[in-house]
Parts: sequence; structure tokens; C-alpha cells
Amino acid sequence: MSRPSALAGTIKAKLDKQDILLMSHIVLGYPSLEANREVIKAMVENGVDLMELQIPFSEPIADGPTIARANQASLDGGFKVKEGLQFIREVVAEFKIPFLIMTYTNILMAYGMEKFITEAADLGVKGLIIPDIPLEEATDLIAQSRQAGMDWVQLMTPTSQDERLVKIGAEADGFVYCVARRGVTGGKTAFDDSVGTFIKRCRVATHAPLAVGFGVRSPEDVAYLKGKAEIAVVGSAALDLHVKEGAEAVGQFFKGLRG
Amino acid sequence: MSKGYFGAFGGAFIPEILHQTFSQLTADYEAARADASFWQEYLELMRNYSGRPTPLTYAENLSKAHGNRKVYIKREDLNQTGAHKANNVMGQGLLVRRMGKTRVIAETGAGQHGVATATMAARLGLECTIYMGAKDVARQRPNVFWMEQMGATVIPVTSGSQTLKDAVNEAMRDWVGSMDETHYVLGTACGAHPFPEMVSWFQSVIGHEAKAQILEQEGRLPDHVYACVGGGSNAMGIFQGFLDHKEVELIGVEAGGLGLDGHNHAARIASGKSTVGIAQGYKTYFLQDGDGQMRHTHSVAAGLDYVGVSPILADLHDSGRVRFEAATDVEVIEALKRMVKSEGIIPALESSHAVAGALKELPNLKEDAVVIINLSGRGDKDIFTIADALGDAKWKAYIQERAAIYAAEKGEEA
Ligand SMILES: Cc1ncc(COP(=O)(O)O)c(C=O)c1O
Repeated sequence: MSRPSALAGTIKAKLDKQDILLMSHIVLGYPSLEANREVIKAMVENGVDLMELQIPFSEPIADGPTIARANQASLDGGFKVKEGLQFIREVVAEFKIPFLIMTYTNILMAYGMEKFITEAADLGVKGLIIPDIPLEEATDLIAQSRQAGMDWVQLMTPTSQDERLVKIGAEADGFVYCVARRGVTGGKTAFDDSVGTFIKRCRVATHAPLAVGFGVRSPEDVAYLKGKAEIAVVGSAALDLHVKEGAEAVGQFFKGLRG
Repeated sequence: MSKGYFGAFGGAFIPEILHQTFSQLTADYEAARADASFWQEYLELMRNYSGRPTPLTYAENLSKAHGNRKVYIKREDLNQTGAHKANNVMGQGLLVRRMGKTRVIAETGAGQHGVATATMAARLGLECTIYMGAKDVARQRPNVFWMEQMGATVIPVTSGSQTLKDAVNEAMRDWVGSMDETHYVLGTACGAHPFPEMVSWFQSVIGHEAKAQILEQEGRLPDHVYACVGGGSNAMGIFQGFLDHKEVELIGVEAGGLGLDGHNHAARIASGKSTVGIAQGYKTYFLQDGDGQMRHTHSVAAGLDYVGVSPILADLHDSGRVRFEAATDVEVIEALKRMVKSEGIIPALESSHAVAGALKELPNLKEDAVVIINLSGRGDKDIFTIADALGDAKWKAYIQERAAIYAAEKGEEA
């Protein structure tokens, strides 16, 4: 694959030093932008390799209760997209890991699709994850994203049929986000043979590295993924911990995740 | 035009995990639609179980009060469970049977759709879970009571604004994890393709009947047809009988709430304050802020309190085929009182919006105008809200008496 990717180089270089990479997820403005900055620092200092920054939306249909509630709380606290983008500009400059924006279609639409993509790339964001735009609707946006120098990260799920995985895989930039379980974010996933089989189906469908998420909560889960996937994604577990025990505990959690 | 689009609106903006489920549903729906015996089976069930065809009642007193103008009322309130919701739900129920699934979930605002779904589940032997905004649970207790009696599990949704849109999100989340055995019975002509088209198809029974009935009773088509618009299913239902007859004016009446000045309404189109967005699986006009966050809406009628609107109606608005108006809470209560007193018909608060819209315009219509009002449902369920709105002292005293009895019972138990 000769298509240029914003993330491919960094991922490859990091994999030379680590057997699996860690991607974390935070909801902007939850509990506050200040708290976000603190926990990002703790995450980066303790080995997180990539990070998803979620711009909150009032109707986050692909998110489970933990993240959905965080979205709502952030909005109730007065979060505005403009301030969120300014915050992203600052953290991208301060912390030297690749950041991705995760959000929903309507946020881009209200901002202006093209304008959002150009500005996000200009902020130094390396990729976009928009879970409610199916491949069929994304063609133009994928092209615009690539042109702006950003990766459009797609999702593969256990319910996607093989031929569809191939279609998604052919358009994959940077990495593919493999959803380990049928369901929304936040629940428990049993990392067993069925996940292994699913990851194998994803592997044959694309040349891109595989990130596996939804329910990764422990060093055992990450150990299971080593050798099978390139990236382990940790979202709700860290969010829960952050709320209960603070940023430092989150740092320690990530430090111990790779075993 | 690509599949599932109506002009610029519609589509299927769903997470990848649901892709296969929607593909299968679309295929099953299209097969059913192409199968004439399916529609026959549907009509038969509605006839024997739901009381169809519902009458088209001539509102003699309202008509007399308005010169020679004639007002007809399409009686969807006489359906099993008291609303047009039965049409959609029984249709989807037959589809669920075809698909071989064993469980249904639904979201509900007023509770009417929840009751209808629970009824269908009881009748067809399906497991049933209903998501309902916690605020709506509080104001529609009689409906919650019946859903539970019919064996459904009612889950109050405490996220967001705790109303219909949040119940939709919760139901969607359930479905993402349960689609193998579960069908999501969407309650209105909204959401991702094929729902707007499919729900409109089942509701079209209203319009086909109304057209035949008015031709029989009046010997001609009506001049104006009024329907309330929440998501838009009852409106789409009756409008479909007349869409091809350009001389029939179609009017959708939205919830004007406390008035269109602030944000305490749900008049997506009539207010002119909504913008095109993508949420809850489809593209339409939403009441949202500049960032694309959905606004809180308000209506005295829980079933109209929704931030989006059917993509089909959005398109019919843009093409000028349907005119949109709003009725405020105050106008709606007045219209309800008038309908009860002059015709002995108790309309739901939702349906009273259509009545209010028609009553406002009747004096200005041409002398021999023929008007149909779609009475989407009956108002029994709204007795608490209506009694509140009317400030009925005897009702309040009655509730206090009951409360005292329950409190005493509780004291004895303790
Ligand atoms: C009696 C009644 N009418 C109307 C509506 C609004 O829905 P729609 O616009 O889909 O007909 C509802 C919704 O719950 C309802 O219960």
C-alpha cells in the first residue's frame, strides 16, 4: 500500500520498541478541560502511545452509559466546540504523541464538514474516528481527510460480514479500529477465542495495523492481545478510574497495563 | 436518488455494528412489501384486532358553529390501545414474526407507542422492553401501569433531557448488543432507513381509508387535512391518502409549547429555527444549537416533544407540499375543551394540536370547505396532565383522598 498515512510511520516506529501500543480515550470537558490536561499528562508520562479526544455530542448513540454520561456532563458544564479545538491545539503542541479526534457526524456538520477537517489537520490532529458515518456515506470525507493529511479511521465489528470487512479494509488509513464485542462502549468483554477469531478475520481483510477496543480493562486483556493486534484501546475503564481515584491513579493503571 | 433519501433528507447514519441488522431488516421489509399476501394479513389483523376501518366522523356541532364549513374527524383514537400507534406496531409485529426474532424493544414519549408495543408483544408472544424518559414516566404513569401489566419491562432513562430523544438513544444502545434476537420497533417515521418509509407504509392505512370514506360521505376530496406532527407518523399516515391530489392542502401542526420565541417548543419546521443535521441515524431538521448539540424541547404533549422530524415530511415541506403550523400549549388545551364539549370526543393532547390548528383557521376558510382532522389518539391517558392544565379542583380533591388512603395503608404496613 503506497497511500500516505499520517499515523503509519509513528505506529511502525513505536512497534519497533514495544510489542503492543496503548491508545487511550478522554471526553473533552469531562470533568473539566483542566482535569483533561492533567490526565493526558499522566497518560503520556506512563506510556500511552496514541490518544482519542472525544468532542462531546448530545446524542452519542455508539457510546455506552459511562461515556454517554460524560458527554452529557461536559455539555451541562458548558463545553463549546470552539474551546475544545483550542484545547486540542494546545495539547498537540505540548505532548509528543499522535492525537485523534473522536466525535459524531453532526458536530462536523454544524461546524462545516470541510472546514472541520481542514482545521483539525491544521491543529496537528492525525486522525478522525466518526462512528456514525458508514463507509457508503464517507467517500468524500475520506478523500478530504487524506488530502488534508489526516487518517480516517474506520471500524470493523464482529457483525460485519467478510466481504464488507474487505471493503472497509481497502479504504483503511493509519489503523483499523476493531470492536471486540457486540455492544456499546463500556461493558465487559471476555477476551477469548471468539475475539481471536474476529481479529483474524480483520487481519486478512486489511494491510493496516489493528487496534482492538471495547472492554479492555486489565493487564490480562492486553496480554491476550499481544501478538494478535498492534494497538489496545482503553476507554471507559480509565474514565471510571479517573473519576473515582484521580489522574495519578490513571497514570499508574496505564503503567501496569503492558505487564 | 440513493436509497432511503427523500430529497436532501433521510439516509442511514448508523454504527457499523448495526450495518448487517439494517441490511437484513431492509431486505425483509422489501420482501414483505412486494408480497401482496403480507398486506392482506396485516389488514385482516387490523380489522379483527384493532377495529379498522376506523370511522370518519362528521363533527356536526363544530361544523354548525362554522357556517357551511364541514369538519370530519378521522378516528384513530378508536384503535386498540387508543392511538394510531397500533397500525405501525402490529405491522412491525408481523414483520418480526417473519424474521423469526423473539424480543422487541421500543422507545416511547407519551407512552402510547410503548403501550401499543407491549400489547403487540403480549399478543404475539414476544419478550418486550420499553425505554422511556424518566420525565415522561412521571407524567404518563397510566401508560406505564398498562405496559407493566402486559408483561413489559419499562426502563426509565435518566440521561440527557430524560425525554423521548434520550429514550431513542437508549433503545439504540440496547439494540447494538441484542440484534440477533431483538427487533427495535421504532415508533415513528424517523430514524435510519428503512424506518421512515416502513412506518409510513403501515400508517398509510389511515389515508387510504380516509380518502375512500370522504369520497363516499361527501362525494369529493377534502380541501384541507390537518394532522399533528411529533415524529410525523400519523401525519404521514393520513397525508398519503391525498399526496397525489395537489388540490388537497395538507397541514402539519407542531408543538408550539410556551410560544415560538424562546426554546420551549418542539416546532422544528414551523418555528423556522431548526437547522439540518444528522443524529439518531438520519438527516433532517433538528432543533439544535450552533455546535450541533440538540436543544431541550417542550410541549404539554409528551408525544410531540421531539427534536427531529420525519425526513419525508422535511422533504414535503421543502417541496411546498405540506404547510407547517404550530399550536401553543394554551391553544391546545382550549381546543381539547372545545372538542370534548361539542362532540363528546376526548382527544389526546397530541391530537389536540391538529384540532387547534384547524379551529384557528376554520373561520377563514372558504364557505363550503371540507376539512379532515386526523385524531391520532384518545386523551384518557392524559387525564393527570389535562386535569392539571384545567386546574380541576374536584379532581385534585379526589387525588388527595386517594393519596391519603395509600399513605394510611403504608402506615399500617410499617
Ligand atoms: C396520540 C398521539 N398522537 C401523535 C403522536 C405523535 O407522533 P407522530 O407524529 O409520529 O404521529 C403521538 C406520539 O406518541 C401520540 O401518542
